[in-house]
Amino acid sequence: MSALINASRTRGLVAILAAGGALALVPLAGLPPFYESFLYLVFHWIVLATSWNILSGYTGYFSFGHGAFFGAGMYTTAALASRFDVPFLWTLPAAAAVAVVLGVALGAVVFRVRGIRGELFALVTLAFTFVVGTIVLNTPIDGGPGVYLSGVPVPAIGPSGASTFYYMGGALALVTIVAAFAIFHAKFGAGLFAIHDDEDVAEVIGVPTFRYKIAAFALSCGLAGIAGGIHALFVSYVTAGDTFSIVVPLTVVLMSVLGGTRFWAGPAVGAALVTSLLYAFTAGNHAIAGKAVFGAVLIVVILFMPQGVLGWFSRKLRRRKASRPPASVTAMPDAVEGKPDRSRAAATGPMLVARGLRKAFRGVQALDGVDIEIRHGEILGLLGPNGSGKSTFINLVSGHYRPDAGEIRFEGRDLGTLEAHGIARGGIARTYQVPRPFAHFTVRENVAVAAMFGGANLTRGAAERDSQRWLDFTGLAGRADALPDELNLHQRKFLELARALASRPRLVLLDEVLSGLTPSEINDAVGLIRTIRDRGATIVFVEHVMRAVMALTDRIVVLNYGRVIAEGNVADVMARPEVVTAYLGTGHA
Amino acid sequence: MALPSAALLAQSILSGLFIGALYGLLGLGLSLSWGMLRQINLAHFALAFLGAYLCYQLSAVGGVDPLATLLVIVPCFFVIGVALQWIFARFRIGAFNSLLVTFGLTVIIESLIQLIWTADFRRLNSIYGDATLRVGALYVPMPELLTLLLSLCLSLGIWAALRYTDLGRAMRAAAEDGPIAAAFGVNERALALLLSGVCAALAGVAGVCIALSYTLAPAQIYAWIGVVFAAVMLGGLGSALGPLIAGIIIGVSESVTMAITAPSWAPLVSFSLLIVVLLVRPHQR
Repeated sequence: MSALINASRTRGLVAILAAGGALALVPLAGLPPFYESFLYLVFHWIVLATSWNILSGYTGYFSFGHGAFFGAGMYTTAALASRFDVPFLWTLPAAAAVAVVLGVALGAVVFRVRGIRGELFALVTLAFTFVVGTIVLNTPIDGGPGVYLSGVPVPAIGPSGASTFYYMGGALALVTIVAAFAIFHAKFGAGLFAIHDDEDVAEVIGVPTFRYKIAAFALSCGLAGIAGGIHALFVSYVTAGDTFSIVVPLTVVLMSVLGGTRFWAGPAVGAALVTSLLYAFTAGNHAIAGKAVFGAVLIVVILFMPQGVLGWFSRKLRRRKASRPPASVTAMPDAVEGKPDRSRAAATGPMLVARGLRKAFRGVQALDGVDIEIRHGEILGLLGPNGSGKSTFINLVSGHYRPDAGEIRFEGRDLGTLEAHGIARGGIARTYQVPRPFAHFTVRENVAVAAMFGGANLTRGAAERDSQRWLDFTGLAGRADALPDELNLHQRKFLELARALASRPRLVLLDEVLSGLTPSEINDAVGLIRTIRDRGATIVFVEHVMRAVMALTDRIVVLNYGRVIAEGNVADVMARPEVVTAYLGTGHA
Repeated sequence: MALPSAALLAQSILSGLFIGALYGLLGLGLSLSWGMLRQINLAHFALAFLGAYLCYQLSAVGGVDPLATLLVIVPCFFVIGVALQWIFARFRIGAFNSLLVTFGLTVIIESLIQLIWTADFRRLNSIYGDATLRVGALYVPMPELLTLLLSLCLSLGIWAALRYTDLGRAMRAAAEDGPIAAAFGVNERALALLLSGVCAALAGVAGVCIALSYTLAPAQIYAWIGVVFAAVMLGGLGSALGPLIAGIIIGVSESVTMAITAPSWAPLVSFSLLIVVLLVRPHQR
């Protein structure tokens, strides 16, 4: 299986390089310079669209600020080459550096604000473009009339001036596509796509979301900066009004969506299509009518291929695959390999200690000074009426929220200093009461991504191999290639479980995994949970299904109104009057 | 950077108010369709300019009073809006794909305008164009005053309609949660068609205002996008009063900046303001 994947990856890379090699021969054919200039423009847009897609397509942070970074590169080259007589090729690294610095500075601020996603990110980046443009226009960088580069010598690469741009654009396009391809197939790419589908969950399963977004943004900006530097010399006259406008980001978004933003080659396909269509329709005598035809083609393509050109093709392929008879559903294995390990429970102190935890939401005190100890190897039941603070406790331990006061120590380490992905790395995994799978990942990919980033910290290949075991364990192997939308509730709940287990946690927080399941499904789940514990994991089990609580837990803690009201053996605790009161009201006490 | 006189400052605040009212009027339809129909309708700007050119044609060539052209433009544009929503619903267009489809539509409308009216500048000389009121030391140009009044009336009217009428409440419910609203008997599809029609009609009204105050050229379609987007988002998606308030804040801050420094610095203040607002209170849009 993985050998197959590797082979297809190698084939992809070979295809890219072969196409690059073939295109390198074009200028030697002696075509009129027009063709090289046209192809340069295709390369130019391929670089801009593909680099945009590395952040925006992969993570879903649609940037409308690509013009700012492209423009930063343009003006860096223009200023250095025309005013300071720096040789052109030396200005390109500077162009990249300036764009990267701008991008990282913007990202460092914006990516810290949780609410700035979707259209707000688009707006912030668009506004940033206009701010940068205004500053450039009003300072000596431009000064108003624009910058001429007509005096800058064009380095000679290839037979003519046009082939210089052809080779520079082509080389940069090749580098950009290879980068997009490599990221797409790497662990980094898996993390970026996880951010796209559900950033909070991505962080909780161990993806360092902030760092990943900054890295993707930096690469995206740097490539756009170099493209800007080359383009400055190509157009040889740079104005702020044309550079820092909405045209660049709009065109780039258009190309990428047209090609398909979830594919490494999508933006390149879209860029080639749009550039060629625009040329084909507007170059002749009927430029205006041609433009209208271009608009109409665009509309038709989006209406009938909403996932982009490549999305349309891949759906056709998927459908053909799906029409084959489905693989037989694997029965649940009786046991999973691995020896019972309960000796640690007695040997060491508590695994996790929470002291004085407090958390309020807009005045509602969800946790009001909670002390809980979790011992190695136990199954701790966490009970309480709705709204008593059980889920909040899990959200604090997994790092989804930070406590207002109190501390949590996991194996002696203070979790307060860690971000959620660090906690996941440390060996804590959780499930969500309402399953939150990554919607665009298949079942297998959902499990594999957890194995890549959690405590297991596997390479992408190893994680993909390893995921099979958890699919078998939870009985999902028959649905491995399905999308989460195609699963029923019971399967989605088990997917949550498989994802939590794939990260090889030492502590698993199960948030109502049984709610909504039928009695026989509950029996299956109880069996699974027992096996998980027998393999050495410690479990916190939040549940209302008393039958399962009785069957599974070693010890329970009962919460009410954010406080611990009872603790101990199940049968003892459930008989206590204060617990009965909390559950059933005073009349029955 | 000398401080301008009080009269000049007051005059520039006034002109900021006027331009802000136009931002708000352009943003109103955009905000409603974005917030309530989840459509990022770029074609809103193209429709506004189509309206402006129609107003120019009817009034400069046909001799109709520019305001009377609204009687033709509003119903026509309402129909266009309904048709647009019908297509969007039929093909289940999501937010970002709506951006692309409407961009395609923008390009088509731009070429259409260019075919009929050429790329040359057009200027409507109407009876309102030369009229100027004088209040104290301030000059109040008539077309801008009309724009402000129209913008105020329409924003307040739609705000009140959404808030106090059953139809408006149903519309907000459908925008909040379509299936649930449908379960309570709200005809979501019909409301969406109606709302889209209203939004396009609003683009037509904004177009008439543009024709009254500005010189027209096809490429101008793109000049308004950035700042009106800013007003829409600052004002809150789906809000009726938001774009007007945000538009006026942006317009006034721009024109005061122009008076104090140079016109070319204007975007810096408005867009920096926008970034800061978003960073500090991203949920309070």
